Amino acid sequence: MSQQTQAPRDRGAHSDLIPSKPRVGDKVFTGLSTGSGIAILVILAAVAAFLLLRAFPALTASADDIAARGYTSNLPIEGFWGWVLPLAFGTIWAAIGALALAVPVSIGIALFISHYAPRRLAATLGYIIDLLAAVPSVVFGLWGFFVLAPALGPLHQWLTTYMGWFPLFSGQASGTGRTIFTASIVLAVMILPIITSLCREVFLQTPKLHEEASLALGATRWEMITMAVFPFARAGIVSAIMLGLGRALGETMAVAMILSGQNRISFEVLTAQNPNTIAANIALSFPEAYDLKINQLIASGLVLFIITLAVNMFARWIVSRRAAFSGAN
Amino acid sequence: MSKRIEAKNVDIYYSKFKAVEDVNMTIEPRAVTAFIGPSGCGKTTFLRTLNRMHEVIPGAYVDGEITLDGENLYGNGVDPVNVRRKVGMVFQRPNPFPTMSIKENVLAGLRLNNKNASRTEQDEIAEKALRGANLWEEVKNRLDLPGSGLSGGQQQRLCIARAIAMAPEVLLMDEPCSALDPISTLAIEDLIQELKSKYTIVIVTHNMQQAARVSDTTAFFNIAGTGQPGKLIEMDTTEKIFSTPSVQATEDYITGRFG
Repeated sequence: MSQQTQAPRDRGAHSDLIPSKPRVGDKVFTGLSTGSGIAILVILAAVAAFLLLRAFPALTASADDIAARGYTSNLPIEGFWGWVLPLAFGTIWAAIGALALAVPVSIGIALFISHYAPRRLAATLGYIIDLLAAVPSVVFGLWGFFVLAPALGPLHQWLTTYMGWFPLFSGQASGTGRTIFTASIVLAVMILPIITSLCREVFLQTPKLHEEASLALGATRWEMITMAVFPFARAGIVSAIMLGLGRALGETMAVAMILSGQNRISFEVLTAQNPNTIAANIALSFPEAYDLKINQLIASGLVLFIITLAVNMFARWIVSRRAAFSGAN
Repeated sequence: MSKRIEAKNVDIYYSKFKAVEDVNMTIEPRAVTAFIGPSGCGKTTFLRTLNRMHEVIPGAYVDGEITLDGENLYGNGVDPVNVRRKVGMVFQRPNPFPTMSIKENVLAGLRLNNKNASRTEQDEIAEKALRGANLWEEVKNRLDLPGSGLSGGQQQRLCIARAIAMAPEVLLMDEPCSALDPISTLAIEDLIQELKSKYTIVIVTHNMQQAARVSDTTAFFNIAGTGQPGKLIEMDTTEKIFSTPSVQATEDYITGRFG
């Protein structure tokens, strides 16, 4: 090896195999892509460092200090964790509700666009779904507050009356409809576009070869989809769901406007006592926060950061579990 | 297990474009019929009408009659899904399902038809099909590994095993060796010879030596020019087509003078 690398250098000036000018395009592109990669790491490290540093006072504060700020919860745990756990619960609970509603609908719409709809209808529908993604979240919040919540009031009543045996629907129905149920629906509408368009893209990329293989075996269209499309798209669907989940976890304005949350853990989705979410709580509490309260809010942001990170790592793990069967080889 | 196919006045259209015109032919059971002809002459299109796979392309339709032992494949109320369960197909490029193991691939068609087969039954069917495709000895110790990990030739034999696991009446092969090396090609050709004792086999090939080696009957398709429909020019025993064809165009094609 060493001989090979040394030999041409001597004759470099004469050989036309050695470029006289450096390749500028290559250099620029290498620099740009490496720089971008490093920038991501630096930004992430900066955010993490900020969160850790500013969260530290809250994490180490005594239970009395926290209680003195007026933050309490229905948990028997005292101090910071007793305060933040209900918030973390509310965040995940609302996001899970949103996913449960949005994922089946999104996959259905994506399949309809990619495999069922006539081409022209598919294009129009895809465009409308993308438009949905362009609506600002504050508008969704207003819509949820003024339109959806009042409209869902009767449904809340009905569900608690007739479906009350189901644990999630038990308790006294909220009169305003401003519940975690309504918030989950709004979140579901908000994450629907991203899940749908990602799934649609993945579904469309299913190799024709595999679709035809299953059809030639006598598969119906639905069997073809379960045999060729879904297995191929599995990793993509998981990624799409995780992106949607990420948005649902971090969504602030819509939840803050709809939900009048309290700091408590409750699985009942229809009552007036709803858990709050981390992001909404930060937005609502921040204007009046000072010294330790600020640290406390930032610490809750750190918790949200960790939750999101964990969710993403979990998604990666799911995708990589059956990598040999992914078709990448 | 093996049935005769008859095509009468078959025209095939892609929307308004007529791709194949007026094909009349009889495909004998327990024999290999080869379709040869220049690219774009409609031989693959015609092959795909034999199991209604051309319908996958929007706007494609057939005018005329194709019967399988007298049963019209295009009759009223005939479900293409059922046609395809009787008429198996092997594609140009090996296409095992990447997310399935070797065994799951072989049983993929069976799962659609007969969801309640017991484990031992499934194992038997898989072994029989893999033996039928001359693949058993090579894969019997790794049935649970992904099918996409096999070599190209093995993958193609896996696809043949998948098709014959369905016990079809007819096996269509669309240039099954075009993506394979000569040794794998030979393996597939040997396999075709064995399979013809059980199935009606129709094979499209660009390789005229292959047509001469494997087929009993050869059909030559040709096209007058771009935008013109493809036509069946001549169909006869392979021996006759490759020695004394009755149409000049056939002779020109097989001697390599054009196409």
